[in-house]
Amino acid sequence: MKTIIRFIIKEFQQFRRDPKMFGIILIAPVIQLIFLGYAANLDVENVRAVVYDRNKTSTSREFIERFTSSGYFKIAEYVSNYNELENKLNKGEAILALVISHDFEEKIVRRESASLQAIFDGSDGNQASIAAGYLQSIVAGYSKDIIAKFMNTSGRKISPAGNLSSEVRVWYNPTMKTRNYMVPGIVGLLVSLVTLVLTSLAVVKEKEIGTMEQLIVTPIRPYHLIAGKLIPFTILGLVSVIIVLLAMRIIFEIPVKGSESFLLASAFLYILSTLGLGLFISTISKTQQQAMMIAIFAVMMPMIFLSGFAFPIENMPEIIQYISQIIPLKYFNTIIRGVILKGLGFADLWIEASVLLVMGISILLLSSLRFRKRLE
Amino acid sequence: MFHRIYAIAKKEFRQLKRDKRLLFVIFFFPVMLLIMFGYAVNFDVKHIKIAIYDHEQSSLSRDFINSLLHSEYFDLVNMISSEKEINKYLDEKLAQCVIVIPNDLSEKLYSDREVKIQYLIDGVDGNTANIINNYANLATLTFNQKFTKEILAVKGVKQYEPIKLDPQFWFNPELKTSKFLVPGLIAMILIVTAVISVSLSLVKEKERGTIEQLNVSPLSSLELILGKSLPFVLIALINAGFILIASFFLFGAEVKGSLFLLFATTLVFLIASTSLGIFISVISDTQQVAFTLATFISLLPSLILSGFIFPIESMPYLIQLITNVTPVKFFLKILRAIMLRGVGVEAFWDQLIYLGVFITVLIVFGTIIYKKKSQTV
Repeated sequence: MKTIIRFIIKEFQQFRRDPKMFGIILIAPVIQLIFLGYAANLDVENVRAVVYDRNKTSTSREFIERFTSSGYFKIAEYVSNYNELENKLNKGEAILALVISHDFEEKIVRRESASLQAIFDGSDGNQASIAAGYLQSIVAGYSKDIIAKFMNTSGRKISPAGNLSSEVRVWYNPTMKTRNYMVPGIVGLLVSLVTLVLTSLAVVKEKEIGTMEQLIVTPIRPYHLIAGKLIPFTILGLVSVIIVLLAMRIIFEIPVKGSESFLLASAFLYILSTLGLGLFISTISKTQQQAMMIAIFAVMMPMIFLSGFAFPIENMPEIIQYISQIIPLKYFNTIIRGVILKGLGFADLWIEASVLLVMGISILLLSSLRFRKRLE
Repeated sequence: MFHRIYAIAKKEFRQLKRDKRLLFVIFFFPVMLLIMFGYAVNFDVKHIKIAIYDHEQSSLSRDFINSLLHSEYFDLVNMISSEKEINKYLDEKLAQCVIVIPNDLSEKLYSDREVKIQYLIDGVDGNTANIINNYANLATLTFNQKFTKEILAVKGVKQYEPIKLDPQFWFNPELKTSKFLVPGLIAMILIVTAVISVSLSLVKEKERGTIEQLNVSPLSSLELILGKSLPFVLIALINAGFILIASFFLFGAEVKGSLFLLFATTLVFLIASTSLGIFISVISDTQQVAFTLATFISLLPSLILSGFIFPIESMPYLIQLITNVTPVKFFLKILRAIMLRGVGVEAFWDQLIYLGVFITVLIVFGTIIYKKKSQTV
């Protein structure tokens, strides 16, 4: 026990001597969280549109006014022919081109259907389909007003566009802001980065510099070495979780609805697997360069893309969904989002927590065994 | 000057050839990742899990449910029959949306009064919720139209629709999100490979002390830097070729524009990524610092700030300014323009200029800092 503690003290002394590294570990996550938290949002706003108003009447202007005051669209420019319009879309200067037909007002006055053409740049399918939804509801609202006006002036009851409508209520996140979903996901990402990368590097570094051999000839036992290396990183990892959670609450005003202690406990369980993976990487790599490449490509990238951080797992092909089952971050993400956003606790998330526990212990155990063998 | 750069590049190549494991990682992983992630990255929302609470259970409500289930967008998980179950289904993520049909649906509809169908959506993932919201509105609208048409036909009245919206989608008519995301994936894999390998290979010499030997040689710092990064630019270019071929065969990510232009711009982008790697290596003394900086500067921003996943227009203005730290942002605009829209240089020359400025700034500052540092040693 004493040896381990002494070893841990040595590790911390090494950290202190490398202030750049220390700064990076503790400050970088917060800065990242701030940038990423503001940037990571899929809300579709300010969609750039060009308008080709072939009608130029008070009615068409009224419609354009409706269109811009919705807040979803921003008119980049008015164009006066199809060539210009095509040019704008090709260059990506506008996502939507709205063409108001030359007989727009006339048709509406005559109670006929006026046509409105909307050409979207479909490159970003997600943005285009959401923007199309917005436009649809703007048009529907405007149509309703026209009918109502007509009924008022003529006193005649014409068939309204129907009486059935939808009433949508969005739970947990009524404004459908994507930030609240993304920011907790970033917590998981940053914690993985800090713990995984540091462990894989720390051990390989001793190998590369040659100090590993010195450690082996000392009376320090392999498990002392492992514990001594891993405990400091566990502490650092947990500290960075706390810092990031605090930053999240203060800067983004996203409080933890559920139990904080359960969240920290799960973070600990999750860190077990990242430490184990880091240790494993260090056993299979000879240089820091190799270790880093493997850490990024074989572990970090799959964690980012397959954990449901940004891309919903339900949308993936079935085979990929199976692969995502072995990604520890997937379970941690479910826990983080459940606890922070929905206020769930152990009773609802015990399955995920136990998966993390089992994964963490087995990964850590296997890597330690492999590590010991390597040493001997 | 050139033979000295060449000599350094040759030395670097030899060293790389000896490190088989690293070469394997550099060549094998990018393609493998592209294959796996190319299928994983998409926002196409289909098969939304729904639970339905049908208060009325009439032939009309069943008609409505059938019309929902006929589309590929909604999959019925279960019919439920109490308010308590609504909570359960949403809390435990058993359903993404619960639809509540009121008990007076037929009565009100047939007597020309307004009635609402309630959709309760799990909003935790705001983006998916938004799309479900659109589908829900559309489904109601369609059913409403069908119903009204039938009723009006019986009464002999014509339906009136003041504005007929005609939406068209260019460049990607089926609105597949993967087409938009794959170029981002390509750019990200390329920059990570380039930045990390370059920055580490330079810092390694520092850590081992061999950089001092190089410093006392007649090499100028610019020659050293160019010679060291040349091999990696070449490797990354080959990598880019592999990745493009793979994405073509696997995801049918056809390139609508010119292939030559694609490779030429990719080369510019790779030079930009390499200069980012050089800059990182100049300011860090150990591989650990270099690597951590490289991930925090290249990996995460190219993921989140480049417009790969999150649209830049939706970010606050200050963050929009900061997005300029990643060359991926500019390259992505070019890549999408060439691959998706098939346009030429006239559509993105400004992005190329940004990339040029990016390269110049990094190389100039990098060389200055490097000179200062090597003088103080």
